[in-house]
Amino acid sequence: MAFSPNSYYWKGLRDGAPFVLVAGPFGMLFGVLATEAGLDLTETMVLTATVFAGAAQLTALQLLQENAPIFIILASALAVNLRMAMYSASLTPYLGGAPLWQRAFAAYLIVDQSYACSIVRFETEPDLSISQRMRYYLGSVTLVTLCWYSFTFVGALLGAQIPKSWALDFALPIAFLAMAMPMLRTPAHVAAALVSVIVALLGAGLPYNLGLMLAGLAGMMTGARVEVQLRKKGTWT
Amino acid sequence: MDMTPEQTGFDTSTLWIMIAGLAVGSFALRFLFIGLVGDRPMPDWLMRHLRYTAVAILPALVAPLVVWPKATGGALDTPRLLAALVTIAVGLATKNVLLAIFSGAATLYGLLYLL
Repeated sequence: MAFSPNSYYWKGLRDGAPFVLVAGPFGMLFGVLATEAGLDLTETMVLTATVFAGAAQLTALQLLQENAPIFIILASALAVNLRMAMYSASLTPYLGGAPLWQRAFAAYLIVDQSYACSIVRFETEPDLSISQRMRYYLGSVTLVTLCWYSFTFVGALLGAQIPKSWALDFALPIAFLAMAMPMLRTPAHVAAALVSVIVALLGAGLPYNLGLMLAGLAGMMTGARVEVQLRKKGTWT
Repeated sequence: MDMTPEQTGFDTSTLWIMIAGLAVGSFALRFLFIGLVGDRPMPDWLMRHLRYTAVAILPALVAPLVVWPKATGGALDTPRLLAALVTIAVGLATKNVLLAIFSGAATLYGLLYLL
């Protein structure tokens, strides 16, 4: 097996390339909405580069505009990012042996796309060295990262010029619904989503956007509960 | 309520606290296991709940925006409601995020233009 480590970087780059189609428009949407919400270019770019998680950024932006308390904004947006902790846990057996600085760098780059690409490759090629895995992982996220920064920047520049008739108020609901549907892989996921929607609607009048927190908790507990039931019945896939 | 940037109720210091909190929190969540916990196994109940965070939070955030859109002052709005339903249907049928977004946006613009 005379693969040079570099070739794994290129493999990752190729496998990660299609995700540019999602990261580009999504980054641009964030740039536009952030500008419309009143963030300047610096604020928008620092937010997008340090947080590096589109769904969480849009959640924070939405709640910021609803004048939610800072605690609720942070709790809600970070709850959206809890899945990153799950990805981190799942990648650890494959990348955990790398030096700390590389792991810190890899941690920053954990996004849906890099995780989805890498975990498939790591599982199908269990004999890869840590260095090959790390290079593949970096490759898979390179284009998405560049695209995310640059399209956010373009969106932020365009933001102020987009007319109201474009109905961008509804871009976030459409984007989030589209993202959530492929996640409904099991009856447990469907139940979690349904319960969270019902609780969110019932609790919409609660102060401090507590309805969202309650809905999130209710959804998670429902999903976990249904999963346990399905496992007992032996119908969990 | 019509929100223009001048009327938004947050100030710059709130914004920067939010950015700092999100930046530190997001990195901590990502670093937690790969950086700190290592290969130690995690309790099943924790992983079981973490699995459902995204499907619980994203629809919960969207649901009130679909039923009571801000752009119409909170009144149920046919183009927005149908755009949401089309996005859900296409997303469920195809599992294709981009296709679902384009279908939803096309429905929204089509109906806003027609109605």
